[in-house]
Amino acid sequence: MSSVPISAYLALALILFCIGLYGALTKRNTVIVLISIELMLNAVNINLVAFSKYGAVPAITGQIFALFAMTVAAAEASVGLAILIALYRNRKTVNIDEMNSMKN
Amino acid sequence: MTLSGEFLAFLSLAVVSVMGGVLLLNLTKVVHVIVALVFTFISIAGIFVLLSAEFLAVAQILLYSGAITIIMLFGIMLTRHDDTSETKAGGLRKVLLFLGVLGFAFSVYIGIYNLDFGQVPNTLHENNTEQIGMALFSKYIIPFELTSVLLLAALIGAIILAKKDDEKGAEKE
Repeated sequence: MSSVPISAYLALALILFCIGLYGALTKRNTVIVLISIELMLNAVNINLVAFSKYGAVPAITGQIFALFAMTVAAAEASVGLAILIALYRNRKTVNIDEMNSMKN
Repeated sequence: MTLSGEFLAFLSLAVVSVMGGVLLLNLTKVVHVIVALVFTFISIAGIFVLLSAEFLAVAQILLYSGAITIIMLFGIMLTRHDDTSETKAGGLRKVLLFLGVLGFAFSVYIGIYNLDFGQVPNTLHENNTEQIGMALFSKYIIPFELTSVLLLAALIGAIILAKKDDEKGAEKE
C-alpha cells in the first residue's frame, strides 16, 4: 500500500533534530540558537504525525498533539525574542556566551 | 521499497529539508540562514501532506514559514543585522560536540531503523480538517482552551519584556 516505511520518516526527523541540536550547542548568535530550537521542535512534529499515520494504532490524536506543540513553539519563539531584544537594549550584544550576568 | 511517486516525493522533500538544515549550520550571514530555514519549513509541510495531515501542512506554512520567520527577521533587524555568526569556540569543543551528536544519532538510529508496525488501514486522509475539528472540540476542548490562556500570557509577557522602560532608562542616562 505505502512505499515509504515509517523508519524513513523517523530517520528524516532524527537528522533534522541532530542538525538543530548541533546548531543550538555551537552557534554564538542567539537568534540562530532560537532558530535551531524551532528546527528541533519541527522534527518532533514530524515524528508525531508519522506515528499518527503509520503507528500501531493510527489515530488523529498525533496530529492534534502536533498542533498543540506548534502553538507552544510559537509562544516560546515570541517570548525568547522579547528577552533577546531586552537583553540587547541593556548589554548591546547578541552573543550567547556574553549573556552570563546571572553567573556570578 | 519500489520507486513509486510517493517515494520520489518523499526523497526530494527530505533532500531539500536536510540541505536547508546543513546550509543553516554553514552560512555565516544571519539573513541567509533565515532563507535556508524557510526551505526546510516548506519541505516539512510537504512531508506533512505525504503523511495525510493537510491541515497541519497549511498550519506549518502559515505559522512557521510565515510568522516565525518574520518574527526572527524582526529580531535580527532590531539587533545587529550585519552580524556574522562566527563561532569562536575552540575546535576541540566543536569536534567533541559533533561526536556527541553523532553518537546520539547513531544510538537512536539503532532503535528505529527496523521499526515496522505493519499497515493498519486508516481513514486519516478523508476529511482531515473535519476529523481534527471534531476531536479538538469534543475530546480535547480543555487543552484547547488552556492554549488560549498560554497564548495570552505569552503575548502580554512579550510586550512587557520588549517594552522600553522609560523611567529606568532616564535614571541611567
